[in-house]
Amino acid sequence: MSELRDRIKSVIDSEPVVLFMKGTPDFIACGNSARALEALRAAGAPTTAVDILPDPRIREELSALSGWPTIPQVFVGGELIGGADITEELYETGELEQKLEEKLGAGYRVSGRERVVDVVEGQSPFRIVS
Amino acid sequence: MAVDRLELLLRQAFPDATELSALDRTGTGDHFQVVVTSGRFDGLSLIDQHKLVYEALAGPLEDGTIHELRIRTRGTQ
Repeated sequence: MSELRDRIKSVIDSEPVVLFMKGTPDFIACGNSARALEALRAAGAPTTAVDILPDPRIREELSALSGWPTIPQVFVGGELIGGADITEELYETGELEQKLEEKLGAGYRVSGRERVVDVVEGQSPFRIVS
Repeated sequence: MAVDRLELLLRQAFPDATELSALDRTGTGDHFQVVVTSGRFDGLSLIDQHKLVYEALAGPLEDGTIHELRIRTRGTQ
């Protein structure tokens, strides 16, 4: 397993909610990434965002890990939830909040704020955006 | 890519579909919305339902013909 894949996997496993997206929450580069982020925000999810654009290998390694071909990808408690369509659909039916509660506990809304984590070197390893 | 080619690929993968449509969202032949209702989805999670759609459209997804795909799936039960 490559070092990058290890790094991606450790982010998925250690962060409560991870959104792999094009761009960052401050500078979203794709409509579907925006839709997924919006649904997560509406559900009050403590989202950790990972920008896949800095290096094409991030997307390759991520899809090899998850078996999901497109971006965005949302993980809750280490489990792939889906892309933008599923995340939006689950939010609309109330199942996203149920899933967050089930995986993270009823107090998940207060457990964290939105942040950005990088998985490739040469970027700051951890920066708080809001 | 034309919508009818997309529908043909979906029809081959979901011959039993009671609802099947593809919409070119931007008129540019690369941003699509597809809707499929099929018995193949019965009992599957949304993740696995969408994976079946990705499999059906693997060709145009991999060669970049489809730039963006929105999916809505339903089982028949």
